[in-house]
Amino acid sequence: MDLRYLRRRVTNVFNLGMAVMTTLLGLFWLFWILYTTARFGYHSLNLRLFTQDTPPPGAPGGLRNAFVGSLIMIGVGIAVGTPVGVLAGTYLAEFAGRKRIGEIVRFFNDILLSAPSIVIGLFVYSVTVTTMGGFSGLAGGLALAIVLLPVVVRTTDEMLRLVPSTMREAAMALGSPYWRVVVQITYRAARSGILTGVLLGVARISGETAPLLFTALNNQFWSTNIARPMANVPVTIFQFAMSPYSGWQHLAWAGALVATFAVLGLSIFARFLIRQRNN
Amino acid sequence: MSAVSPVPKISVRNLDFHYGKFHALKDINLDVAPREVTAFIGPSGCGKSTLLRVFNRMYALYPNQVATGEVLLDQQNILDRRQDLHHLRSRVGMVFQKPTPFPMSIYENIAFGVRLHERIKKGALDDRIEAALRQAALWDEVKDKLRQSGMRLSGGQQQRLCIARAIAVKPDVLLLDEPASALDPISTLKIEELIYELRQNYTIVIVTHNMQQAARVSDYTAFMYLGELVEFGITNKIFTNPSQKQTEDYITGRYG
Repeated sequence: MDLRYLRRRVTNVFNLGMAVMTTLLGLFWLFWILYTTARFGYHSLNLRLFTQDTPPPGAPGGLRNAFVGSLIMIGVGIAVGTPVGVLAGTYLAEFAGRKRIGEIVRFFNDILLSAPSIVIGLFVYSVTVTTMGGFSGLAGGLALAIVLLPVVVRTTDEMLRLVPSTMREAAMALGSPYWRVVVQITYRAARSGILTGVLLGVARISGETAPLLFTALNNQFWSTNIARPMANVPVTIFQFAMSPYSGWQHLAWAGALVATFAVLGLSIFARFLIRQRNN
Repeated sequence: MSAVSPVPKISVRNLDFHYGKFHALKDINLDVAPREVTAFIGPSGCGKSTLLRVFNRMYALYPNQVATGEVLLDQQNILDRRQDLHHLRSRVGMVFQKPTPFPMSIYENIAFGVRLHERIKKGALDDRIEAALRQAALWDEVKDKLRQSGMRLSGGQQQRLCIARAIAVKPDVLLLDEPASALDPISTLKIEELIYELRQNYTIVIVTHNMQQAARVSDYTAFMYLGELVEFGITNKIFTNPSQKQTEDYITGRYG
């Protein structure tokens, strides 16, 4: 056989092999993390986890208040971050286009996207907590909204720009006003992509600890009052895992397990939505 | 350069077109006859699609594209600033080179355009959609799956859906921008048969790369080159006895 073809084959096998190895390396850590959380969290995984609140050291208990608090604050984050993010993304993709203002907004959005979340926590602390007289679930939700916002802006912008311009032209050629093209055609074409972006953003904020430390703080007790400090999973894990009490440590592992698999489930659900659309 | 006897549907007078600084159409004059098929042929970049996109002012979507001169649709200058673009586009429908079904059901694809221009009851809308699909020779293939996504149809079916969508709005004029160039030969044949049917009710302007197609479907043919209208006349004459050397060179395949 010609030496040139042999060399091509060898190069192919080598590169393919390296690609497979690096993929396996990435998956290895992921599965190790999943395995470790499952192994340590599994023991404390029981019904009490969802029916009882965080206990004092040495007493039995669960994480009900933390789960509910997290859900409330994530809900506030979605309610504030998603509409603003989708509208801003729509502006960028449909109206700003390649104009200078669009590029500037995209640039600052990317900065916000990569801003350390602790900075966002400090920012919300300084504008809400210090002015409203204390830590609150609302402040926590706002901090999460700011973390979510750039993710939603970015995916909305990108997904809308993936919609072929011929589709917009076709709708315009029927005599449609532009806003109607956006609302009825391009949103629909980009719907599952935008939804996936929101879900992945939600997955991200559900694990954020730093923005909540300065805003929602934490709460040992059951509370659904968003004007008061609010219990949440990440800060509770942080506190309990650092504590010397084995009961608290087990709860921290259980919380980590539930949070990890909730995020995993959310991501799988997002994938499922994409697939639904492609069929 | 008028080759048309009755009152023209569209009259182009001293039309110039610029993409930024590029002079894409140079002093075009031509008349489009009502209820006939007019074909624009010429090599890539000659301006034939540009001319077509002036007729429904599609170019107005892009701020650096400017048309000057006059384009009279039923004696009214559509380049006038006061021309309402939505109304113009309800009278002048367009079908593009690539099929562009919207991401919604077959039924909704057609209903979208109709609802833009009139308030219509469900029953009347159903009838309108059926009539449009019948005219586009698609009804028999889709009548049992009107709720299915339009994007799941084959390329040829998608293109006929786009034609149905355009005619459901009840335009006078249909602009076809290389409507068959992305399709297989059988779908192309169907589209050509359809054009032949539609000319009874609509004024049709078609841009095509395919000279045989122009010869088959059109009554009048305009040959364009480098932004100028070289020759315009009855199709039969253009293809058998062109008066310009350039036209003859092009249709005999010497360039393009």
